[in-house]
Amino acid sequence: MIIISNVNKRFGPKEVLKGINLKIYDGESLVILGPSGCGKSVLLKHIIGLLKPDEGQVLIDGEDITTFDQKRLDALRMRMGMLFQSAALFDSLTVEENIAFGLRKHTSLSDIAIHHIVSEKLEMVGLPGANHLMPSELSGGMRKRVGLARAIAMEPEIILYDEPTTGLDPIMTCAIDELHLSLKERLGVTSIVVTHDLQSAYRIGDRMALHYGGRIVAIGTKEEIVHSPDPLVQQFIRGEAKGPMTLL
Amino acid sequence: MILVQLAREFVELFGSLAILFLQSVYWTLHGIRTGRFGVKNLMDQMSRIGVDSFPMVAITGFSTGAVLVVQIGYQFTQLGAQRYVGGVVSMAMARELAPILTGIVVAGRVGSSIAAELGTMKITEQIDALETMATNPVDYLVVPRFWGCTLMLFFLTIFTNVIGMIGGSIVAVNQIGLTLTTFVDSILQNLKIQDLMGGLFKGLIFGALIGIIGCYKGFTTEGGAEGVGKSTTGAVVLAIMFILAVNYFLTVGINNFNSAFLAS
Repeated sequence: MIIISNVNKRFGPKEVLKGINLKIYDGESLVILGPSGCGKSVLLKHIIGLLKPDEGQVLIDGEDITTFDQKRLDALRMRMGMLFQSAALFDSLTVEENIAFGLRKHTSLSDIAIHHIVSEKLEMVGLPGANHLMPSELSGGMRKRVGLARAIAMEPEIILYDEPTTGLDPIMTCAIDELHLSLKERLGVTSIVVTHDLQSAYRIGDRMALHYGGRIVAIGTKEEIVHSPDPLVQQFIRGEAKGPMTLL
Repeated sequence: MILVQLAREFVELFGSLAILFLQSVYWTLHGIRTGRFGVKNLMDQMSRIGVDSFPMVAITGFSTGAVLVVQIGYQFTQLGAQRYVGGVVSMAMARELAPILTGIVVAGRVGSSIAAELGTMKITEQIDALETMATNPVDYLVVPRFWGCTLMLFFLTIFTNVIGMIGGSIVAVNQIGLTLTTFVDSILQNLKIQDLMGGLFKGLIFGALIGIIGCYKGFTTEGGAEGVGKSTTGAVVLAIMFILAVNYFLTVGINNFNSAFLAS
């Protein structure tokens, strides 16, 4: 279980996270919704240890990762995968080398075994045979799918998705959502998904949280969120410009 | 007040560069100890940094050697000191001009490219991605660039010396009217091994500076394309300033060392 307890984070004068509290249960998919620039990606980066909170704790399986040294943090990251908003593929490496990066670095698998795993992951994300393409030859959607293939290459227990379907067409969005659900079913993966895409959130989320003003202002199942009386929640899910939620 | 601010910024910069240098040394030793030192990665960087810089360094070395002989040759000929032309030119090249000019050329070509590459990786979250895959960015990105620059500056300085002497000898024979034997004899009689070694040592230090400064500027890039542009320019300016400043202290140190241990 992941517990985020009273996490505060400030960048200069801007307080991005103001006492965030959140629990993510093993095997569940939690979708974090919220307007652009409210700090959702910052929250994800705290969960994988890329950022340290100014105050508060991030507990994974009961251990506070904010106190981990580099070695323990690396061991934890081997159990996690992250899909970045921009995919963050390594420009100078081919698609195959990108996906195989963690496998080559942290396992003793043979080149043939790694090639098989890479091809299998590419098949899963709908890009069979793209092994030798360079990231510059890929469209935005393809880059995102390769990023996802890289995130799942090591078969992690926890996957963090930073806007996984932004820039994808509706059919590919649905395919990625189905892949997400199959990973959850097959491997029991715990997922934390940051997205603006409500359709996708409804499809994949066991629970949804609304992040606004540095705080989690609402959390619950799809039904609880949809029927929430909170005007912030209603404004967000209806996509209305006017309301208590102001543009950041 | 402004001076205090500048002094503080300089101390912070110097401290950050020193930390990055120490981290590079740590990860180098760690890689050697665990047998996971990225030799292929290092060879790639040496090729990019060194081999690709050869044409520019060759032109710089050739031109400098040739111009030095033109400037010195006529004056020395009028004084009847032709037999010293090769020696003076080779000493100037070996001690100062070859390492300094090679350093400046490589700072412009390679320092900027390292800062731009790592800066782009920083703003596109590629460095974060490395960390999420339990890979230390200093180990994976800085170590091969640091050693690539350091080692290749050493070899490029040798190359600049050789090309400079070839350029000088062509001018000496065709314009100044010296024989090739006189020119070469002058080099052999006057150029000492410590002149060459001192210059090559400077090359090593300048290479290390270019590598560390390029990586530091890349890692501290902020913003978008504008930030990458600033880092790129900053890397070149800072590397050249450091090369020129450090050169003075190296020259004094090498001269003192030579006087104390190698005086003959």
